[in-house]
Amino acid sequence: MSKAVSALNGASFSGMADVIETGLTGMITLRGALSDATFQQAVVDATGCAVPAQRKVIQVGGNVVVWMSPDELLIVTDHAKAPAMVDTLSAALKGQHALAVNVSDARACFTLKGVGARETLAKVAPVDFDGAAFSTGDVRRSRLAQVAGAVWLNADGSFTIVCFRSVGQYVFDLLKTAAHPLSAVNALG
Amino acid sequence: MSTRIASSASDKFGRLIDRSQQITFTFNGNTMTGHAGDTLASALLANDQMLVGRSFKYHRPRGLVASGSEEPNALVGLGRDNRFEPNQRATTTELFQGLHAQSQNHWPSLEHDIGILNSKLFARFLTAGFYYKMFIHPRPFWKHIYEPFIRHSAGLGKAPDKELKDADTYEHFYFFCDVLVIGGGVAGLQAAKTAAASGAKVLVLEQNAHWGGRAPVDGGLIDGKAPEVWIEETRAALAAMDNVTLRDRCMGSGVYDHGYALGYERLTDHAPNQGGPRHRLWRIRTKQIVTATGAIERPLSFAGNDVPGVMLASAMRDYAVNWGVTPGQRVLVATNNDDAYRTALTMHEAGVEVVCVVDARPNGGGALMDSAKAAGIRVETNYAIKKVADGKRVTKVALCAQNSDGKDFEEVEVDAVAMSGGWSPVVHLWSHCGGKLNWDETQAHFRPDANRPPTSHDGQGFVIAAGSANGDMSLADSVTDGAVAGAKAAEAAGYPAQTADAPACTDVDEAPMLAVWSMPAQAGIKLRMKTFLDYQNDVKVSDVQLAAREGYESVEHTKRYTTLGMATDQGKLSNINGLAVLADSLGMDIPQVGTTTFRPPYHPISMGAIGGEARGEVFQPVRKTPIYDWNEANGADWEPVGQWRRPFAYVKSGETVQEAVNREVKNTRENLGLLDASTLGKLIVKGPDAGKFLDMLYTNMMSSLKIGKCRYGLMCSENGFLTDDGVVARIDEDTWLCHTTTGGADTIYAHMEEWLQTEWWDWKVYVANVTEQFAQIAVVGPNARKVLEKLGGMDVSKDALPFMEWRDGTIGGFDARAYRISFSGELSYEIAVPASQGQAFWDALMEAGAEFGVMPYGTETLHILRAEKGFIMIGDETDGTVIPQDLGLHWALSKKKEDYLGKRAHLRSHMADPDRWQLVGLETVDGSVLPDGAYAVGGGVNGNGQRNTIGRVTSTYYSSNLGRGIAMGLVKHGPKRMGEVIEFPGTDGTIYKAKIVDPVVYDKDGEKQNV
Repeated sequence: MSKAVSALNGASFSGMADVIETGLTGMITLRGALSDATFQQAVVDATGCAVPAQRKVIQVGGNVVVWMSPDELLIVTDHAKAPAMVDTLSAALKGQHALAVNVSDARACFTLKGVGARETLAKVAPVDFDGAAFSTGDVRRSRLAQVAGAVWLNADGSFTIVCFRSVGQYVFDLLKTAAHPLSAVNALG
Repeated sequence: MSTRIASSASDKFGRLIDRSQQITFTFNGNTMTGHAGDTLASALLANDQMLVGRSFKYHRPRGLVASGSEEPNALVGLGRDNRFEPNQRATTTELFQGLHAQSQNHWPSLEHDIGILNSKLFARFLTAGFYYKMFIHPRPFWKHIYEPFIRHSAGLGKAPDKELKDADTYEHFYFFCDVLVIGGGVAGLQAAKTAAASGAKVLVLEQNAHWGGRAPVDGGLIDGKAPEVWIEETRAALAAMDNVTLRDRCMGSGVYDHGYALGYERLTDHAPNQGGPRHRLWRIRTKQIVTATGAIERPLSFAGNDVPGVMLASAMRDYAVNWGVTPGQRVLVATNNDDAYRTALTMHEAGVEVVCVVDARPNGGGALMDSAKAAGIRVETNYAIKKVADGKRVTKVALCAQNSDGKDFEEVEVDAVAMSGGWSPVVHLWSHCGGKLNWDETQAHFRPDANRPPTSHDGQGFVIAAGSANGDMSLADSVTDGAVAGAKAAEAAGYPAQTADAPACTDVDEAPMLAVWSMPAQAGIKLRMKTFLDYQNDVKVSDVQLAAREGYESVEHTKRYTTLGMATDQGKLSNINGLAVLADSLGMDIPQVGTTTFRPPYHPISMGAIGGEARGEVFQPVRKTPIYDWNEANGADWEPVGQWRRPFAYVKSGETVQEAVNREVKNTRENLGLLDASTLGKLIVKGPDAGKFLDMLYTNMMSSLKIGKCRYGLMCSENGFLTDDGVVARIDEDTWLCHTTTGGADTIYAHMEEWLQTEWWDWKVYVANVTEQFAQIAVVGPNARKVLEKLGGMDVSKDALPFMEWRDGTIGGFDARAYRISFSGELSYEIAVPASQGQAFWDALMEAGAEFGVMPYGTETLHILRAEKGFIMIGDETDGTVIPQDLGLHWALSKKKEDYLGKRAHLRSHMADPDRWQLVGLETVDGSVLPDGAYAVGGGVNGNGQRNTIGRVTSTYYSSNLGRGIAMGLVKHGPKRMGEVIEFPGTDGTIYKAKIVDPVVYDKDGEKQNV
């Protein structure tokens, strides 16, 4: 629907890294038995992605499947496609204990890119963002200063950051502060 | 006179300064100049500013004693206005253009201080424990007379102006490595080099702006090169390695459990106009830590050892070599070891007259003493300083035999004194997390015991001390020890074992030192009362001795009683001397007495660095609903609810907040109100065992709820106390949606997960917190149905959507879930739409509702409407001690269920006590509004002589519908006392009288909501 708006309506900032709110993004929380063959097939059929390993994401086409916990995945897709994908997954998983729920609007989503992206994140999350420790396809659920968040590294070198919608402004301001152009640390490879 | 050493003396003097660059600064308003590379301390000395502050208790004149972070005296107020900071050390403050410093604890001025009278008149009272002894009687005098007086005369820096905000920004940085080396001296650099060769990821922190520690000042050869050459080569080689990170101006501040450490990086203190964050707190997780933190020289205990111009021998040498400054033209050196001869030789080379080296050892020292003698310097052994004459700087010193009481003495005229009582390894970081120490009799210091290191999660040590911090005092030993530590650390971190190859060093052999705790050995009480142990806290030898006589045997107690080793330097200079005096007084050995506890930070760090980025707009997250901006633009008077901001009321221009509330209350009862209820918690609970699970969590039955219907439920903790409430909707066969309170959304979600993960791990239930997926809007009032019907879509009639049911559909083209529930007693719908469309849906309701008198209402109106209906509110009627039975909610406690959380607790005798306070309505006899939280008093008094209380107000409002105050409260035997009038004394002196009534004061039969 055209009346739909994302948390920050595409706000952006450029400092030692670029921070961009990605606008409306489809997201689905999927809980179930990650090792179950039917479950895995349902994920592949719906998204084109296999079930990722622990702390990994798998991206195929416009879809991303993110490992969130031993029994939870996050599926990222087009905002408009999310409701139908929930139905598809629910139908495919009927008969087994699983939960698919649309959480697209419960979240704010950011892209962080540029040379200072790793250091920007290392200022707000207690995670080793060094290139040797955090590479393409890695994801962490952690905290972004005072709020919960998830971060993964895309194939194009940009990071995707997800937080709750209500704290979207806080996270944007936080990343903006951490990406201050005069605050490079020059300590991460 | 304290001056800059002429550049013609030797290019050795002033290695850190650039004489071609002049820097202007002010001290106490006087303009002075220094050079680039100076510290504030070296620049003050270059300007002959010997006097830098007044002492804490006695206001004695004090000068620079040290050259680094151990400096106790030279604390200044630095900067102005919103950059003012007290208690900054001149020795660790790099000079910059326009620096503005002010000395502390002086009144009216540094030169002429009235407080000095303290030392002349009151010194014999201001002894150990003087606060406790002097100011205990009469009691009221403390608050009104003694404390204000003491606060005025004693103390360090002034707090910054509370109206001003720090102009700077700060940040944190998380870093992970294999080996953290703290200290960039020769031992630290060698440790890093050896560790890095293994491939380990190494971080090296150096607190100063320059690398290499003391080695360039103390001399010798490393690998056949001057120390500074080797240092620069090693630093450059490390900097070129991908697996090594070097940070200068970054102090290792603390070592914590499991390889966690903090680094304190000062980015712009030396260049305030550079921009960017001022300080960065490094939060480091490492496998191994090498503490190569060096050693600190100890003062000697002689009378007048605090007179400006008396300083550590190493400091005098540092000032000369590093910054090309000499604190005097005629200096005296007093020592109990060989190292101080380096100072004598250095000063001699700088063209300063070395009047005498006073060596307490009967036979003096070794090669270095011989060199001094060869240079023509007078050397006296078994000799001591009896006393330095009082004053604002050193003028005259009395010398005597060390093994005497000082009756026979000679006097020399000098203007500076260098003293050395031996060296103490900096064991702070080794000790922070539990590393143990051994007493080294030969070197008279505590040093790390490698067999008792701090241990990590696996019981293995994770800290290795290296170099002089490990008690290896010579250059050769220190470098070798660095290599050994680096090799060990890398291996412990899982990297291939390295051979601990260290470069060969050329060093001078030193003769043994002699422990000297008093100078002269038999100094009498008059001398001891002028012999300072702790400069910062004005603690003297006589104070510690007095404490020992008064029975203070534990070093921790003595510290607190005498204040020895407290305040901003935490006794870096005074600890060993103090506990040696204590041990002597108690007739014990020093290791028996032990040390006080070493706690982080090593050296004070800024509050800003601890707070990090959390200030201004990111001080704290503010949670915003999808309608936040509209609310803000339409007069919302905000109320914080957890981290949410909710409109308390929508205030129109010309209205007070109370008037807005009154208007909203009436309008919602009579026309149509809209509430942004998006913050309500929404938890999806799904699975074959979901019904069973909810039956355990709620006190009433949820498994029996029919699909399409809603039920109000209560949750208790396992101790029976009411924790949350809300409406539960049955979505399908195995799915429920649970509404929680705004504040309960996250905690109830966590509560559910905890029970599922720890207790009922085999139950098939998934919970998802979808609170923020939806904007939820309460459409309330007689016109509620009309506005929804006007928007069109799903059937919201009484028959199609009865009270306490829900339906999915569309309203005005929006995908919506409509709940027919009411927290107001009116005809009411709560409509959930996707959050991204929340604002659009709100706009549609406002537009369509215009003809029906629509107005938004805030949380205060929500509260009043529910209070008129006698509905309880979690957090008002409950406070963690209230059970459902107290609130007359017995009907919500299932008797059919075998068990639920809280059921067993409700059987406890106190929970079933008929004397528990119970919920009633309260109606003031004059219609006024009861004060919130007021207590009702009964007859008699309790054991403390206070009036007995029989109840309290839990909710109280002005009801514009009824035109009077309404309230609820918990009252002892309340429901049995209907009609009785009880008294609530207010804090304003008024006695409020209220009649006990039914809590429901509006539409008791519920006719209005069920239409």
